[in-house]
Parts: sequence; structure tokens; C-alpha cells
Amino acid sequence: MLSYEIAVIGGGPAGLCAAISAAAAGASVALIEKDRHLGGQLVKQTHMFFGSKAQFASTRGIDIADILSRQCEELKNITVLLGATVLGYYDDQVLTIEQDNKVQRVKADCLVVATGASEKVLPFPNNDLPGIYGAGAVQTLMNVYGVKPADRVLMVGAGNIGLIVSYQLLQAHVKVAGIIEAAKHIGGYLVHASKIRRAGVPIMTGYTIKKAYGERKVEGAIVWQLDDRWQPIPGTELDIPVDAVCLAVGLTPMGELLWQAGCQMIYVPQLGGHVPFRKATLETTVPGIYVAGDVAGVEEASSAMVEGRLAGLAAARRLGYHNADWENKYQDALQQLMALRSGPVGEKICSGLKCVVV
Amino acid sequence: MRIEDHPILTYPRRRLVTFTFDGQEMTGYEGEPIAAALHDAGVRVLRESPKLHRPRGFYCAIGNCSSCLMRVDGKPNVRVCVEELKEGMTVETQKGKGDLLAEL
Ligand SMILES: Cc1cc2nc3c(=O)[nH]c(=O)nc-3n(C[C@H](O)[C@H](O)[C@H](O)COP(=O)(O)OP(=O)(O)OC[C@H]3O[C@@H](n4cnc5c(N)ncnc54)[C@H](O)[C@@H]3O)c2cc1C
Repeated sequence: MLSYEIAVIGGGPAGLCAAISAAAAGASVALIEKDRHLGGQLVKQTHMFFGSKAQFASTRGIDIADILSRQCEELKNITVLLGATVLGYYDDQVLTIEQDNKVQRVKADCLVVATGASEKVLPFPNNDLPGIYGAGAVQTLMNVYGVKPADRVLMVGAGNIGLIVSYQLLQAHVKVAGIIEAAKHIGGYLVHASKIRRAGVPIMTGYTIKKAYGERKVEGAIVWQLDDRWQPIPGTELDIPVDAVCLAVGLTPMGELLWQAGCQMIYVPQLGGHVPFRKATLETTVPGIYVAGDVAGVEEASSAMVEGRLAGLAAARRLGYHNADWENKYQDALQQLMALRSGPVGEKICSGLKCVVV
Repeated sequence: MRIEDHPILTYPRRRLVTFTFDGQEMTGYEGEPIAAALHDAGVRVLRESPKLHRPRGFYCAIGNCSSCLMRVDGKPNVRVCVEELKEGMTVETQKGKGDLLAEL
């Protein structure tokens, strides 16, 4: 059995930053990632980040993934396990891991769970037809693997992922027939929205999808308008021929391991689903188990990085790694989080966090 | 179809390898997910739903949702969106739930 002081589960922005900050504080860390490469969802994010310099503003997500991966490699007290899926958690702080068709065990004094989130689906007739994809799936296919996902796409959802992926589809020479959004206003950043509108893509607010159609795969979709009470208005149907429909209707935290470990969980819609109660240090109700990133509440990559840093620092401190610099770094991370959540977009997150921070 | 002229990205591709899909010979890049190679070749239906036999494709493309389960080299329930393509693989549409014991 392998043994480490801290095991970080998930090598996305949150997990990478957790591993780096814990290792820099002196702890021995295992960073366990089920993909064959580090970076999580960053590896498909071609857009430049907002935020401040500390969160790599004006750098593309794909490049941030490289920078963080390199920092990880440079720290000799981080062991990176790739292609390694954490399957289970046992009470004696043992994780079971599947790697190369073999199951092995890893023991750790502290855990940072940074497993991210998965894309939601939307109920409508024929939503299981081939050609109905998560928007993130299409992003993965074109940006990571260089395969053209479709010829003509309908995007459902005008939040950030819907807007960003629409723009990226245009960059890959895919037609975007339109973006529909059930709410009366666009949820994502308006900078992105106006870029897409300028490219000639209509954004239709107050519309939802009625059904998809097609024989063995998507051939089109019927959309219709919603009234003020979110009820569809018969007679407003539009037929949009497309060979793919992308659903960008939100993410939900992947908290399976937290449930298994017995962390107290609560359903918080503002955070995307079931999330763990946690202290300001991001420690859950199970002592020694920390969370960071989307699994703690769906937000975005900048805050995932800062949460990772915070959780890594807190876990290291729990194990006695506490030098003069520690307090500065910790306070700095707290302040960065506050700044990231200060705008109007942060309001929803903050109201969600009120329900879970104990 | 492959994306060749992207304004930001270049795609590091390994060598081309041959595999079969339901007996038909196809090519793809070694190490990419099987689903990517199939999608490039125009294959959209990856399996049949167990009860109603409805066609299914991939949904999440990152190994979370289990929509893309196929038979690979005789083994059922392989998530082809994260399974790496290798030379000579036999990839088949999965019908039903797939029985591991039947393979032994
Ligand atoms: C498909 C997709 C596309 C997205 N695109 C954008 C975008 O374009 N712009 C944007 O702002 N936000 C986007 N997001 C939001 C994104 O979730 C955040 O930006 C950010 O990546 C969250 O960081 P994280 O580290 O919490 O999670 P992730 O980046 O998701 O990292 C989690 C990591 O944990 C690994 N993992 C999960 N379970 C296990 C396990 N059991 N064992 C081992 N490893 C495991 C995963 O493979 C993954 O690498 C996207 C999200 C998804 C799901």
C-alpha cells in the first residue's frame, strides 16, 4: 500500500493548486487523476481568463494547465498518478484506486477532494438521440481532439459555457444556428455575448426546446417561447434544422466520494446540487477531508484555483506544516476569493455559501 | 471530419492506426479516444438502449455519463469517450447491457 500525508483527488485547477500549495508548505502529496494528463477542464478552455494576475488573467485556460502542471513536476514531494481513478474511500483513510486495470490502495492522513462537476441534461422528447451533446463534450471533442463535432448546432443555454462554446464552435468553422435561453436575460458575461452576436448568431431569450427529431440521429429541433410564468406558448414553435443540439444547462458537483466518506451534504441550488458543509478552511464535517473547486459548489476555474490553494494550505497546517509565510498565503487566498465573488455574478455564489459554511 | 486550421490550437497527433467498427475497417490516431475516431468517420450511433433499443451516442465525452458504452475487443461496457485507440482494436455497437461473465 502506498502512503502519503495528503492525497489530492482530481488534477483540475482546484486539485493542481491544492497539491502545489500543500507541497510548497512541506507535505508529501499524491495527486491522483483519472485522465492521462493533468489540467481537468482547463485543457479545453481556449479563452483568456478574467480576474487578477494572481489567477492568470489574460492567459488562456490551456496555457494555465501547462503552467500549473509544470509547477507540480518541479516539486519533488508531489507524486502524480495519472490514469488513476479513485473508486472508493474507507474509514481507515484508505482509498482504492484503479490504474492500468489494477486496483491498489493508497493511505493518506488528509484528503483534498477536487473531483469537479458533470454536465446536466434537460428533459424533452428525444433527448437521448445521438447528436444531443453536453456543450462541454463538444468543447472536448473539438479543442482537445481536433474533431469537428457537427456542421450546424443549436446551443441551449446562454450562460458562460453556452456562450464560450458557441464562439469556439465558430472558430472551428461550425455553424451555430442560434442560442436559446429560457430566462429573459443572458446569464453569461456580456462581452462574450456581444462577440457572438457580432458574428451573426442570434441569441433568443425566453425560448426553450420542445423536442428534438431525427431518425437515428438529430436532424433538427423544435423550440418555443415561454411566457412570464415559464409556460410554453403554443403557436410560437420554430423548426431549426441542425445535426447537433448542445445542452449548456449547468453543471452539478461530483460528490460521490464525499457521500461515501460520510461528509454531511446539503442540496443548494445556487451551488449546482448537493455539496458538503465546510468550514472557512474548506474542511468538511469529516475531520481531515477537504474540498475545493466545482465539487464544493459549481463556480468557475479562477475561484477553483484559489479554493485549491486554500484547501492545500489548510490540510498542510493540520499536519503541522506551518511556517511564517503560511498566514500570509492563507489570508491572501481568502481575500482573492472575496474579490472574485464581489461582482453581481458572485451574489448567487455568496448566497449559496451562506447555507454551507459552518 | 478533422479540424485542420484552427486560429488558436494545433493538435499533436500520433500515428494513424487501423481498427474495425462492426467489421468495417477504419483509421484513427493512436491514443485518441475511440469515440473521437468514430465521430471523425461519421459514426454517431454507438449502442442501443437495453429496453427500448433506441440509438445512443456519447453525451459528456469525459467518462462521466455512460452514454457511450461499446464492446471493445469483446469486452462490453467500455466508455469509448475515454478509452484510448490502439492498432487492431475490434469495436462493436453494444446491444443490451453486456454480460462480462459471458465473455469468460
Ligand atoms: C466539460 C466542461 C467544460 C467546461 N468548460 C468551461 C469553460 O469553457 N469556461 C469556464 O469558465 N468553465 C468551464 N467549465 C467549468 C469548469 O468546471 C471550471 O472552470 C473548472 O475547471 C473547475 O475546476 P475543478 O478543478 O473543480 O474541476 P475539473 O477541472 O473538472 O477537474 C476535476 C478533475 O478531477 C478528475 N476526477 C474526477 N473524479 C475522479 C476520481 N474519482 N478519481 C480521479 N480523478 C477524478 C477529473 O478527471 C478532472 O480532471 C467546464 C466544465 C466542464 C465539466
